[in-house]
Amino acid sequence: MKPWMIVFAFWFPLAASAGEAKPVAEDPVLEQRMISLSEDLRCLVCQNESLAGSRADLAQDLRQEIREQMRAGKSDAQVVDYLTQRYGDFVLYKPPVKPLTWLLWFGPFALLIGAIGGLYAYIRRRGNRLAAEPLSEEEKKRIAILLGNNGNES
Amino acid sequence: MKRFLIPLVIFLVLVGFLGIGLKLDPHEVPSPLIGKPVPDFRLVLLSDPAKHLSTADMRGKVWLLNVWASWCSSCRQEHEVLLELSRQGIVPIYGMDYKDQPADAQAVLDRFGNPYVETVVDLDGRAGINLGVYGVPETYLIDKNGVIRYKQTGPVSRESLEKKILPLVKELQK
Repeated sequence: MKPWMIVFAFWFPLAASAGEAKPVAEDPVLEQRMISLSEDLRCLVCQNESLAGSRADLAQDLRQEIREQMRAGKSDAQVVDYLTQRYGDFVLYKPPVKPLTWLLWFGPFALLIGAIGGLYAYIRRRGNRLAAEPLSEEEKKRIAILLGNNGNES
Repeated sequence: MKRFLIPLVIFLVLVGFLGIGLKLDPHEVPSPLIGKPVPDFRLVLLSDPAKHLSTADMRGKVWLLNVWASWCSSCRQEHEVLLELSRQGIVPIYGMDYKDQPADAQAVLDRFGNPYVETVVDLDGRAGINLGVYGVPETYLIDKNGVIRYKQTGPVSRESLEKKILPLVKELQK
């Protein structure tokens, strides 16, 4: 085998694969922007999927819509506005903080504070109750026995 | 007594919430477009591709916009209801053929009857997206000023027609 054949043998598959690989999009930067935006958006057909990950028809159309609006020079916020005007806050995986979503955002913290308050009140009440109940003579004797004094008070 | 009352109340509240949750349909997304002007579109007619229909042409009329497609099986469910409504002539129904081949759509109308005054063709679904369509069929009730007053997601039933759509139509037509 001649050296050039070896070189050719190694070069050939490389050349072949280089020919097949097509760019994923006309504009990779824009595509990246579209994907990172649509990762935070909900697909309305498969509601547990993001718009970026869904293969539903509508998701593909919406991604195309986002792409075109970005190409037309719209900012991310403008694109999100366009979608929420049509599909509501429901498309956002991170809903905005507003009176309607206060319960959603602050509810868990309110619950936590309530639980801590309840626990605190319970512990205090329990402490008071225990202190308020002095030991009876019978109990004092049992303690003495257990402590090894055989019933003789020290 | 009080010791048992508090957990019982918490339990009942929880059951209440879960009970309501069971009845909610997560696929019913409330449309933020209700009370807003219908997004403009200007699309070719299914009956005559040389002619167009736009939302501006509809000013002064109360009308129903029904988004459907020949590939949509639940659209077939509401077809009979729409036909009946169109025969009554209470409110004009306009169709939007969403992401469909016009020939297929025409075949459906030829075979099952045509409840629509006109059907516009939304080949690539762009007008649908603009309307906030996420699943056909969807039906919009639009008033004389071009404002969306009601949206029905899923097939129109006789019940939804009589309870919601028709009373609202009568009110808007005054």
